[in-house]
Parts: sequence; structure tokens; C-alpha cells
Amino acid sequence: MTRKGISKYTREKAAFSILRISLFLVLLILGIILYDIASKGLGVISWEFLTQPPRAGMTAGGIFPAMVGTFYVTVLAALLAVPLGIATAIYLNEYAQKGSLTRLIRISLRNLAGVPSIVFGLFGVALFVQKFGWGASLLAAGMTLGLLTLPVTVTAAEEALKTVPRSYREGGLALGATRWQMISTLVLPPAIPGMLTGVILGLARAAGETAPILFTGAAFFLPFLPGSPFSQFMALPYHLFVLATQHHDISTVRPLAYGTALVLLVLVFLLNLGAIVLRYRFRGHLQKGR
Amino acid sequence: MNIKENSIKMIFLASGLLSIFILLGIFYLLFSNSFPALRDVGIKSFFSRGYWNPTAYSVPQYSILNIIKGTFMVGTGSLLFAVPLGVACAAYLAEVASPREREIFKPIIEILAGIPSVVLGFFGLVVVAPLLSSVFGLPNGINALNGSILVGIMALPTVVSLAEDAVSAVPQEYRHASLALGATRWQTLKNVTIPAAFSGVLAASLLGMGRAIGETMTVLMVTGNALAAPSSFMDSVRTLSANIAIEMGEVPMGSLHFHSLFVVGLVLFIITFIINLLADIIFDRYRKGVSM
Repeated sequence: MTRKGISKYTREKAAFSILRISLFLVLLILGIILYDIASKGLGVISWEFLTQPPRAGMTAGGIFPAMVGTFYVTVLAALLAVPLGIATAIYLNEYAQKGSLTRLIRISLRNLAGVPSIVFGLFGVALFVQKFGWGASLLAAGMTLGLLTLPVTVTAAEEALKTVPRSYREGGLALGATRWQMISTLVLPPAIPGMLTGVILGLARAAGETAPILFTGAAFFLPFLPGSPFSQFMALPYHLFVLATQHHDISTVRPLAYGTALVLLVLVFLLNLGAIVLRYRFRGHLQKGR
Repeated sequence: MNIKENSIKMIFLASGLLSIFILLGIFYLLFSNSFPALRDVGIKSFFSRGYWNPTAYSVPQYSILNIIKGTFMVGTGSLLFAVPLGVACAAYLAEVASPREREIFKPIIEILAGIPSVVLGFFGLVVVAPLLSSVFGLPNGINALNGSILVGIMALPTVVSLAEDAVSAVPQEYRHASLALGATRWQTLKNVTIPAAFSGVLAASLLGMGRAIGETMTVLMVTGNALAAPSSFMDSVRTLSANIAIEMGEVPMGSLHFHSLFVVGLVLFIITFIINLLADIIFDRYRKGVSM
């Protein structure tokens, strides 16, 4: 087996080192991205930056309306995706029998997860902006983002349901509970933290998306806060896009773009971190209960 | 009692069915909004030689061939970057790393998946572009290569996590048999485990490709969006998704241009749909294969 003097164990060491280096290369790329944004964005962050609207043709001031807009649109997305996602997961995991209908739902969900975000944007324009007559608005953008995050929410909620031991269900049914009584009192309570994890991950994704809101409601510049669900709004990711590529004086606003990128990153990471913490606590909890 | 139980079940069933309707609705609305353009311009104009220039003063042109070419350049370019690196990471995580290493590195790689695409695009613009321009002596580094690198970074977490699943799914007996014959762990990985996981890894790459082709903001920001036919990775290219993002905001609703952008969306939808479906089929077969 050994070729010319180099033992197979030396080969193994070399090969594994290469694999390890690949992993470190990926970590390095991630590190460079985070370091670049953090180091250049940190100096921009100030109380004013976080609490003021943009001023002087977006060359000064802050990003407050964009932060609020992103918050609103994410909440709207959640209002659609969370109940719908959890209900779908309950159906798939607790009610559905193996069959062509269940398969069809699963295939649809998997395909929805693969639909490009810009196509969701087109869908939002055709359905919410035009057909429903909502115009480019918070509501239209929120619903579009909600549909986009639906597959993530379903998958996560289903995983949470799957971690609940079968014995809980069998015990409930054996005591004469109906299916819904069993689900609502025995299955859902322990699954809720896990579902929350999925919800938060979905929201993190929604908050960072730009393409679906480009034409469904995000505004280039709007110094005040949206007054109703039918107003347009500023959003952090779109604001970053504008500052980075669309502004007439890109070099002047570069620091502001870095600041916006950092705020967006921190927001998304805080959401992710919350989800991870929740997931770990949840995992420990159920294992103890088993 | 029974009525209540049944109506509750119906509510859950309805939300499940809604996913099917949403997918059908997307297809239907894309198609119905494409229809006026397909009728007036003709489907052939979209796929015959020429340029994309629906707003030309003399004769508007609707060819998306250059754009499709640009899309696939960025798509395949990103895979050339993401697949070798991603599969190496996956092999390391699945076969070499200690459980503790795995516990640490997997969430870190997931962080990469959490970075919003617009932030990656910004990074490509301010860091990767100047780097490429100085390395290759270009006036700027806004081109297909930049897009491929950035979208590759974006597809990495998908490729790593799915390829790792595929490698982990290879039955232990395969490894034991190989090790028992005196092969090292590397020989086992290279000659047994990876080949056994091949179709799973292929499916992972396809899904990465689906993501890469559907990606909008990153490519929009770093590929330059030129409409000319690209001849190399140093050229500026425009992708299907970027084309929609650039023009949709400026067209009057209901115009021919507006509807022709839905045709672009429909083409994008169909391409990603086919790629994802292929990946799905391969994955399904693979899972059944390894579980036997």
C-alpha cells in the first residue's frame, strides 16, 4: 500500500492537515469580514447615529427611521409566518398521515425554501402591491417577508415537535385525552422554546433581507417614521445598499455605510445568539425530563 | 367533542395546504404577469441573439441570453470556490474533528449563513474589489470573479452542512471494513466514505448552486451589471436577479418593460426550481441508498 518511502500515516497526517487548513480558511474569511465591518463601523456608532434621522442628503445624521422600519416590517412578517408556520408544523407532525397530500405539502415547502428572494419580491408586487391594492407599503413588504420565512419557521417548529418524546403522546391518549387535548397540554408546552428558536432564526433572516422589500415598500429616503401599515418605510438593509451604491457621494457616506452595516450585523447576531442560547437551554431541559 | 376536534384538525390542515397554494400562486402570478410580454414580444425574442434593452428609442431588444450566461458564470464560479472548500470542511468536521471541535466550529460556520447578503455585497465592494483590482491590475475589481467569490462565501454554509450530513450518513460498516483491511483513516475517507457519499455531496453542491443563482443583493453590488456578453471572469456581468432588482423600481407598472421583467423572474424561478428539484431527487435516492 505504501508508495515510495512516504508512509501511509504520514500521508494521512498531511491530508488531515489540509482539511484542517480548509476549515481555518473559512473561519479566517469570516473573521476578516466581521473584523473589517466592526473596526470601521464602531467609530461611527454614537447616540446621535442611533436616534436621529439622516440629514443633509444622507451625508450626516443617523439611521433611526431605518432601524424602526426594519423592526416594524420584521414584526409584520412574524405575525404572518409564526402562526402559519407553527400550525403547518403541527399538522405535519401531529395529524398528517403518510400519503400523497403530506408529500405534496412537504415538496411545496422545500421548493418555497429554494425560491429566490427577488422572486418573492415580484410575487409581493403582483399580489400585495397590485392585486390587493396595498401599494408599496409596510404591510406589503411585511407579508412578502413573512412568506419568505415561512419554510424556515415550519422546519424549526417541526424539529421542536419531534424532540417531544412519543411517550408523552401515548400517555395522553391512553388517559383518554382527545388528540387536540393531548397536543395542547402535553406536546406544545415542552416544544414552545424550540419553536421560539425557529421563529427567531426566521426573523433574523427576514430582518436582513433586501431584495423582497425593494419594490414592495422600502423607501430610498424618508426622514420620518411610518405612520400606518400603508406607509412606505426605510429599512436597514436597503439603507446600506443605498449608501453603498446609489448615493451621489459614495466616498463621503462610506463611514455611515459601515455604521449601518455594523448595526445590521449586530441586530442579526443578537437574534441568532438568542436563538442559540434558547436552543441549548431547551435541549438540556428535555433531556432531564426524559 | 368530535366536531370541535375535527374543526381544529381542519384549521391545521388548511395552513398546511396554504404552502401548496403559495407555491402555485407564485408560479401563477409570475406567469400571468409575464403573459402580456410573452404575447407582444414573443417568447423567441427573449432567447434570440442580441441584447437586453427594452427602453431603446428605436427598436427595443429583449434578449436575456447574455444575462443567463452571466448568471451561470457567477453560479458555477461560486461553486468552483465553495464546493472544494466546503467539502473539505465537511469531511474534516464529520470524520476528523473531535466532538468538542465539532461543537465549536459548526455554530461558527452557521454565523456565516447569518450574514445578510447586502452586508456581504458591501464587503465585496469595499474589500474584495480593491484587492482584485490590485492583484490583477484591473481598473476596478467589480466583475464576475468578485461575484463568484462573494456568492461562494454565501453558499459555503449550505454546502458544508449538507455535505457533512451526507458524509455522516455513510454506514459505519463501510468504514470498519476498510479500516479492518489495514487502510488508514485518510485512505478510508478518500477511497470509501467520500465515494459512498458522492451523490449526497453532489446534491449539496446543486443546492448551493440554486442559492447562488437566486442570490440578488451580493451580485447586484459587486458584479458591475454590464449588459455586454461576458468573455471572462474579469468582465462585468449582469445576472437575472440583479436585472430585476435594477429595473423593477423604475418601470411604470403595467408597461411592456414591467411585464418583461416578470418573464426574467419566471425564467429565474424555473431554473432554480429545476436545480432544487434535481438536488431533492438525488438526496432522496441517496438517503434511501445509505439506509439500506
